[in-house]
Amino acid sequence: MPELIAKPALDAAPVTLAGITLSVADPGRITFVAPFPGQEKAVAKLLKPLGLGFPAPNTALTKGEARIVWTVRGQAALIGVPVPEGMQAAAAVTDQTDGLAAFALRGARAAEVLARLVPIDLREAVFPPGSAARSGLNHMPLILVREEAGFLILTFRSMARTAWAELNEVLHHIEARDRLTN
Amino acid sequence: MRLNCPLCGSRDRREFYYRGAADYLDRPEPDAPPEAWDNYLHLRDNPMGVTKDLWYHDQGCTSWLLVTRNTLTHEILDVKLVAEAGE
Repeated sequence: MPELIAKPALDAAPVTLAGITLSVADPGRITFVAPFPGQEKAVAKLLKPLGLGFPAPNTALTKGEARIVWTVRGQAALIGVPVPEGMQAAAAVTDQTDGLAAFALRGARAAEVLARLVPIDLREAVFPPGSAARSGLNHMPLILVREEAGFLILTFRSMARTAWAELNEVLHHIEARDRLTN
Repeated sequence: MRLNCPLCGSRDRREFYYRGAADYLDRPEPDAPPEAWDNYLHLRDNPMGVTKDLWYHDQGCTSWLLVTRNTLTHEILDVKLVAEAGE
Protein backbone atom coordinates (compact mmCIF):
# COMPACT_ATOMS: atom_id res chain seq x y z
CA MET A 1 0.00 0.00 0.00
CA PRO A 2 1.39 3.43 -0.87
CA GLU A 3 1.33 5.95 1.92
CA LEU A 4 -1.38 8.48 1.31
CA ILE A 5 -1.13 11.97 2.70
CA ALA A 6 -4.40 13.53 3.86
CA LYS A 7 -4.75 17.05 2.52
CA PRO A 8 -7.49 19.62 3.06
CA ALA A 9 -9.71 20.36 0.07
CA LEU A 10 -8.52 23.94 0.04
CA ASP A 11 -5.71 25.86 1.67
CA ALA A 12 -7.38 29.19 2.33
CA ALA A 13 -7.21 31.53 5.31
CA PRO A 14 -10.54 32.55 6.89
CA VAL A 15 -12.10 35.72 5.50
CA THR A 16 -14.12 38.13 7.65
CA LEU A 17 -16.09 40.89 5.96
CA ALA A 18 -19.19 42.76 7.14
CA GLY A 19 -19.12 40.74 10.35
CA ILE A 20 -19.45 37.44 8.48
CA THR A 21 -16.66 34.86 8.59
CA LEU A 22 -16.07 32.29 5.86
CA SER A 23 -13.63 29.48 6.61
CA VAL A 24 -12.71 26.00 5.47
CA ALA A 25 -14.28 23.56 7.94
CA ASP A 26 -13.19 20.13 9.02
CA PRO A 27 -16.33 18.36 10.25
CA GLY A 28 -14.46 15.05 10.49
CA ARG A 29 -15.54 11.82 8.96
CA ILE A 30 -18.53 11.91 6.59
CA THR A 31 -20.43 8.73 5.74
CA PHE A 32 -23.60 8.35 3.72
CA VAL A 33 -25.99 5.90 5.35
CA ALA A 34 -28.92 4.59 3.29
CA PRO A 35 -31.06 2.05 5.18
CA PHE A 36 -31.97 -1.08 3.22
CA PRO A 37 -35.74 -1.53 2.71
CA GLY A 38 -37.36 -2.44 6.02
CA GLN A 39 -34.17 -1.75 8.00
CA GLU A 40 -35.06 1.78 9.13
CA LYS A 41 -35.67 0.64 12.72
CA ALA A 42 -32.40 -1.32 12.86
CA VAL A 43 -30.49 1.73 11.63
CA ALA A 44 -32.19 3.99 14.19
CA LYS A 45 -31.23 1.50 16.92
CA LEU A 46 -27.58 1.53 15.84
CA LEU A 47 -27.56 5.33 15.90
CA LYS A 48 -29.14 5.55 19.34
CA PRO A 49 -25.91 5.02 21.37
CA LEU A 50 -24.53 8.11 19.57
CA GLY A 51 -27.52 10.09 20.78
CA LEU A 52 -28.81 10.29 17.21
CA GLY A 53 -31.60 8.81 15.12
CA PHE A 54 -32.44 8.77 11.44
CA PRO A 55 -33.32 12.39 10.56
CA ALA A 56 -36.61 13.44 8.97
CA PRO A 57 -36.37 15.23 5.59
CA ASN A 58 -34.82 18.72 5.82
CA THR A 59 -33.47 18.22 9.33
CA ALA A 60 -30.20 17.48 11.09
CA LEU A 61 -29.63 15.95 14.52
CA THR A 62 -26.61 16.90 16.63
CA LYS A 63 -25.14 15.39 19.79
CA GLY A 64 -21.72 16.73 20.76
CA GLU A 65 -19.30 16.09 17.89
CA ALA A 66 -21.68 13.67 16.20
CA ARG A 67 -24.36 14.70 13.79
CA ILE A 68 -26.53 13.20 11.12
CA VAL A 69 -27.96 15.21 8.25
CA TRP A 70 -30.79 14.23 5.91
CA THR A 71 -29.41 14.30 2.35
CA VAL A 72 -31.87 12.65 -0.05
CA ARG A 73 -34.84 10.27 0.11
CA GLY A 74 -33.77 7.33 2.27
CA GLN A 75 -30.25 8.61 2.93
CA ALA A 76 -28.47 10.66 5.57
CA ALA A 77 -24.89 11.81 6.15
CA LEU A 78 -23.33 10.73 9.43
CA ILE A 79 -20.72 13.35 10.32
CA GLY A 80 -17.94 13.56 12.90
CA VAL A 81 -18.00 9.99 14.15
CA PRO A 82 -17.03 6.51 12.88
CA VAL A 83 -19.84 4.32 11.58
CA PRO A 84 -21.36 2.18 14.36
CA GLU A 85 -20.40 -1.46 14.13
CA GLY A 86 -22.99 -3.60 12.36
CA MET A 87 -24.31 -0.74 10.21
CA GLN A 88 -23.21 -2.45 6.98
CA ALA A 89 -25.79 -5.17 7.57
CA ALA A 90 -28.66 -2.70 7.82
CA ALA A 91 -27.71 0.05 5.36
CA ALA A 92 -25.67 0.94 2.32
CA VAL A 93 -22.68 2.73 3.81
CA THR A 94 -20.32 4.88 1.73
CA ASP A 95 -17.41 6.93 3.01
CA GLN A 96 -17.59 10.48 1.61
CA THR A 97 -14.93 12.11 3.81
CA ASP A 98 -12.62 12.76 0.85
CA GLY A 99 -15.45 13.42 -1.57
CA LEU A 100 -16.88 16.52 0.02
CA ALA A 101 -15.48 19.92 0.88
CA ALA A 102 -16.85 21.73 3.93
CA PHE A 103 -17.10 25.42 4.69
CA ALA A 104 -18.34 27.29 7.73
CA LEU A 105 -20.18 30.58 7.38
CA ARG A 106 -20.56 32.38 10.70
CA GLY A 107 -22.17 35.57 11.81
CA ALA A 108 -25.60 37.06 12.36
CA ARG A 109 -25.82 38.00 8.66
CA ALA A 110 -24.59 34.70 7.23
CA ALA A 111 -27.96 34.03 5.61
CA GLU A 112 -27.52 37.21 3.54
CA VAL A 113 -24.53 35.64 1.80
CA LEU A 114 -26.40 32.47 0.91
CA ALA A 115 -29.45 34.47 -0.19
CA ARG A 116 -27.50 35.37 -3.33
CA LEU A 117 -26.51 31.80 -4.13
CA VAL A 118 -29.12 29.40 -2.76
CA PRO A 119 -32.70 29.55 -4.12
CA ILE A 120 -34.45 28.79 -0.82
CA ASP A 121 -35.63 30.87 2.11
CA LEU A 122 -32.91 30.72 4.78
CA ARG A 123 -34.19 33.32 7.21
CA GLU A 124 -33.95 32.05 10.76
CA ALA A 125 -37.73 31.97 11.27
CA VAL A 126 -38.10 29.57 8.31
CA PHE A 127 -34.79 27.72 8.51
CA PRO A 128 -33.87 27.54 12.23
CA PRO A 129 -30.94 25.63 13.76
CA GLY A 130 -31.55 21.93 13.20
CA SER A 131 -32.69 22.52 9.64
CA ALA A 132 -30.89 21.04 6.65
CA ALA A 133 -31.47 21.27 2.92
CA ARG A 134 -30.36 19.74 -0.30
CA SER A 135 -30.23 22.45 -2.93
CA GLY A 136 -27.78 24.31 -5.14
CA LEU A 137 -24.96 26.71 -4.27
CA ASN A 138 -25.35 28.69 -7.47
CA HIS A 139 -24.75 25.85 -10.00
CA MET A 140 -23.10 23.42 -7.55
CA PRO A 141 -24.79 20.62 -5.61
CA LEU A 142 -25.18 21.61 -1.98
CA ILE A 143 -25.87 20.06 1.39
CA LEU A 144 -26.65 22.88 3.80
CA VAL A 145 -26.91 22.61 7.58
CA ARG A 146 -28.12 25.41 9.84
CA GLU A 147 -26.11 25.69 13.04
CA GLU A 148 -26.56 27.93 16.06
CA ALA A 149 -23.88 30.36 14.87
CA GLY A 150 -24.28 30.07 11.11
CA PHE A 151 -24.13 27.42 8.41
CA LEU A 152 -22.17 24.33 7.49
CA ILE A 153 -21.83 24.13 3.71
CA LEU A 154 -20.95 20.87 1.98
CA THR A 155 -20.28 20.55 -1.74
CA PHE A 156 -18.24 18.25 -3.97
CA ARG A 157 -14.55 18.44 -3.22
CA SER A 158 -13.79 18.87 -6.92
CA MET A 159 -15.70 22.17 -6.75
CA ALA A 160 -14.07 23.44 -3.55
CA ARG A 161 -12.19 26.34 -5.16
CA THR A 162 -15.21 27.47 -7.16
CA ALA A 163 -17.45 27.33 -4.09
CA TRP A 164 -14.90 29.34 -2.12
CA ALA A 165 -14.64 31.93 -4.90
CA GLU A 166 -18.41 32.33 -5.17
CA LEU A 167 -18.89 32.73 -1.40
CA ASN A 168 -15.93 35.06 -1.15
CA GLU A 169 -17.28 37.25 -3.95
CA VAL A 170 -20.64 37.65 -2.20
CA LEU A 171 -18.86 38.62 1.03
CA HIS A 172 -17.10 41.38 -0.91
CA HIS A 173 -20.39 42.52 -2.47
CA ILE A 174 -22.04 42.84 0.94
CA GLU A 175 -19.06 44.64 2.43
CA ALA A 176 -18.95 47.04 -0.53
CA ARG A 177 -22.65 47.79 -0.26
CA ASP A 178 -22.25 48.44 3.49
CA ARG A 179 -19.46 50.90 2.75
CA LEU A 180 -21.55 52.78 0.19
CA THR A 181 -24.70 53.00 2.25
CA ASN A 182 -23.26 53.74 5.69
CA MET B 1 -42.43 28.68 -11.60
CA ARG B 2 -42.19 26.68 -8.38
CA LEU B 3 -42.84 23.02 -7.61
CA ASN B 4 -43.87 21.82 -4.18
CA CYS B 5 -41.56 18.82 -3.73
CA PRO B 6 -43.18 16.36 -1.28
CA LEU B 7 -39.83 15.99 0.53
CA CYS B 8 -38.05 19.33 0.17
CA GLY B 9 -40.97 21.75 0.08
CA SER B 10 -41.55 24.61 -2.35
CA ARG B 11 -38.56 24.97 -4.67
CA ASP B 12 -37.55 27.02 -7.67
CA ARG B 13 -37.80 25.55 -11.18
CA ARG B 14 -34.01 25.71 -11.65
CA GLU B 15 -33.59 22.80 -9.21
CA PHE B 16 -35.58 20.45 -11.46
CA TYR B 17 -35.09 18.63 -14.73
CA TYR B 18 -38.07 18.04 -17.04
CA ARG B 19 -38.31 14.52 -18.45
CA GLY B 20 -41.57 14.51 -20.40
CA ALA B 21 -45.07 13.08 -20.30
CA ALA B 22 -46.06 10.74 -17.46
CA ASP B 23 -46.63 8.11 -20.21
CA TYR B 24 -43.01 7.10 -19.59
CA LEU B 25 -44.19 5.40 -16.37
CA ASP B 26 -46.26 2.89 -18.38
CA ARG B 27 -43.55 0.89 -20.09
CA PRO B 28 -45.00 -1.97 -22.18
CA GLU B 29 -44.00 -5.58 -21.50
CA PRO B 30 -41.00 -6.73 -23.59
CA ASP B 31 -43.27 -8.95 -25.74
CA ALA B 32 -45.94 -6.27 -26.24
CA PRO B 33 -47.04 -5.65 -29.86
CA PRO B 34 -45.08 -3.06 -31.88
CA GLU B 35 -48.08 -0.70 -31.71
CA ALA B 36 -47.75 -0.52 -27.91
CA TRP B 37 -44.05 0.31 -28.20
CA ASP B 38 -44.71 2.84 -30.95
CA ASN B 39 -47.27 4.50 -28.70
CA TYR B 40 -44.93 4.44 -25.70
CA LEU B 41 -41.97 5.88 -27.55
CA HIS B 42 -43.48 8.33 -30.01
CA LEU B 43 -47.17 9.15 -29.59
CA ARG B 44 -48.01 11.94 -27.17
CA ASP B 45 -51.20 13.81 -26.40
CA ASN B 46 -50.96 17.57 -26.41
CA PRO B 47 -53.76 18.48 -24.00
CA MET B 48 -55.16 21.97 -23.56
CA GLY B 49 -55.80 21.79 -19.83
CA VAL B 50 -54.73 19.26 -17.23
CA THR B 51 -51.64 17.20 -18.06
CA LYS B 52 -49.26 14.96 -16.12
CA ASP B 53 -45.52 14.89 -16.55
CA LEU B 54 -42.32 13.73 -14.95
CA TRP B 55 -39.79 15.99 -13.30
CA TYR B 56 -36.54 15.06 -11.59
CA HIS B 57 -35.42 16.98 -8.52
CA ASP B 58 -31.77 16.81 -9.51
CA GLN B 59 -30.52 19.71 -7.37
CA GLY B 60 -32.51 18.51 -4.39
CA CYS B 61 -33.65 15.16 -3.06
CA THR B 62 -32.98 13.35 -6.39
CA SER B 63 -36.56 12.06 -6.48
CA TRP B 64 -38.70 11.54 -9.58
CA LEU B 65 -41.88 13.56 -9.32
CA LEU B 66 -45.26 13.11 -10.95
CA VAL B 67 -46.54 16.62 -11.58
CA THR B 68 -50.15 17.41 -12.49
CA ARG B 69 -50.47 20.84 -14.03
CA ASN B 70 -52.77 22.89 -16.22
CA THR B 71 -51.33 24.04 -19.56
CA LEU B 72 -53.99 26.75 -19.87
CA THR B 73 -53.64 28.42 -16.47
CA HIS B 74 -50.07 27.24 -15.66
CA GLU B 75 -51.43 26.10 -12.30
CA ILE B 76 -49.53 23.28 -10.55
CA LEU B 77 -52.31 21.04 -9.21
CA ASP B 78 -50.38 18.22 -7.58
CA VAL B 79 -46.85 16.90 -7.04
CA LYS B 80 -46.28 13.29 -5.97
CA LEU B 81 -43.24 11.09 -5.51
CA VAL B 82 -43.19 8.55 -8.34
CA ALA B 83 -41.80 6.03 -5.83
CA GLU B 84 -44.97 6.36 -3.75
CA ALA B 85 -47.53 7.07 -6.49
CA GLY B 86 -47.42 3.46 -7.67
CA GLU B 87 -48.13 1.96 -4.26
